[in-house]
Amino acid sequence: MSFISSLEKSLATSKFTITGELTPPKSASIEDLLDGAKLIKDDVVATNVTDNPTSRVVMSTLATCHLIEKQTGLETIYQITCRDRNRLALQSDILAANALGIKNILVLTGDHITLGDHPEAKPVFDLDSVQLLWTIKRMQEEGIDLAGKKLKTPPKLFVGAAVNPGLDPIEPEIIRLEKKADMGAKFAQTQCLYDPNVLEKFMDQISHLNVKILVGITPLLSAGMAKWMVKNCPGVIIPDEMITRLKEAEDKVKEGIKMIVEVVSKIAPTKIAGIHVMVPERADLVAETVKAIKASGVV
Amino acid sequence: MIITEKKPIEEIRESLKDSKKVLIIGCGTCAALSQTGGEEQVKEMAQLLTDKEIVGTMVIETPCDKRTLKRDLRTASASLNAADAILVLSCGVGVQTLVELTGKVVIPGLNTKFLGMTEHIGEFYQRCLACGDCILDETGGICPISRCPKGLLNGPCAGHMEEKCEVDRQKNCAWVLIYKRMKDTGQLDKFKAFRKPRNYQISTPPQQIVWSSAK
Repeated sequence: MSFISSLEKSLATSKFTITGELTPPKSASIEDLLDGAKLIKDDVVATNVTDNPTSRVVMSTLATCHLIEKQTGLETIYQITCRDRNRLALQSDILAANALGIKNILVLTGDHITLGDHPEAKPVFDLDSVQLLWTIKRMQEEGIDLAGKKLKTPPKLFVGAAVNPGLDPIEPEIIRLEKKADMGAKFAQTQCLYDPNVLEKFMDQISHLNVKILVGITPLLSAGMAKWMVKNCPGVIIPDEMITRLKEAEDKVKEGIKMIVEVVSKIAPTKIAGIHVMVPERADLVAETVKAIKASGVV
Repeated sequence: MIITEKKPIEEIRESLKDSKKVLIIGCGTCAALSQTGGEEQVKEMAQLLTDKEIVGTMVIETPCDKRTLKRDLRTASASLNAADAILVLSCGVGVQTLVELTGKVVIPGLNTKFLGMTEHIGEFYQRCLACGDCILDETGGICPISRCPKGLLNGPCAGHMEEKCEVDRQKNCAWVLIYKRMKDTGQLDKFKAFRKPRNYQISTPPQQIVWSSAK
């Protein structure tokens, strides 16, 4: 069987898949990020490249993906949001991604403009993530664009989406994941998870779906960070015990990584396909976290 | 109702800086109901513009309707002729109808905010974006176009917390409201349906409706 990407192959054939995440720089130079990509290259199957995350302007995702792949050989997962581009721009970028050799795409609606560093800008949201997945499905399977016009060479990308297992109510999120699966999402990466009980319940609710789940993993680096996340990140549930341990720990980063290894050890035996490791702006800690997880022998 | 809000008086003074004689016109319908352009607000405005000669004040029932506006302006022709500028306390439609019917400088005194519901006087909520393609039948009677900041059509984004919106934690997530309403009214099947991208062509401005029988 041939696979579109190493990620698709890993999800189909490996027991446990690990992806990472890199944020393009707020800079016209890619060099520092390439150093980060090299740091995580041997630890992950592929890395997400975020798309103006939290609505802040950074280097174009498409160009960043291309430069990472070309200059480091690390496979990328091209994150594409509906916030900044209308259906014409989204489709032309998808065609370009394929031509540039990008093999994976992660479709998101995107944070709202008002949460970022250009809050006065016009939000686009011409499509939502489900509609963009539908658009890609038509492009790939029927070889047509949204207007029904033929594409001489259709794109061939391995398509994923996002899901947040900690939301309340959860039912609309499950229904949305059902729609995403119907529209061709083969894998889904989750919001950061700290409570295995939340995941267990969620996995039961989506057992009817043929979507590989990569659980979002972010080590907590301080009690302050943990409290901030609980207050500001939708669906993030952090057990009080973790916050206490961080408060008491001498080396908070070490303790944060130790705790996340414990979380992974609890969730690894479930039906998840793997994990997605994110540490904003800290590729070194993505590498350190993955190494700690692998060294512990839990996966 | 069209919900309006008073412009800051400094902004109005700046707009009127080249005009000495001012006619103030209010709106007897939406702006009167939201207490931004009724009799009382027109009088207040006249008192605030102390450095101007106020040549007249009037509240027109529907300044957005050319027929009534034309009729009522006839009764005020002396003040209209004397005025350098007309200050209008109505939505932008009333302002522009006055532009079409007079050769005067016309200045807006209000900001037109949204199509909304009145909870109490002073408490108004947006409920419609006049998108031209009503889908309330598909969304439990709650409009995601005007009440979700992203205008999503296929359920909530993952940004809601305690059922509040990621853009403003004081506001309810429209899609959580839709979900609950549709669940309670046995419409979850409809909630689960995929909704295709919207057709923006049908709402390209400027919109107009002209009945063939009206020509």
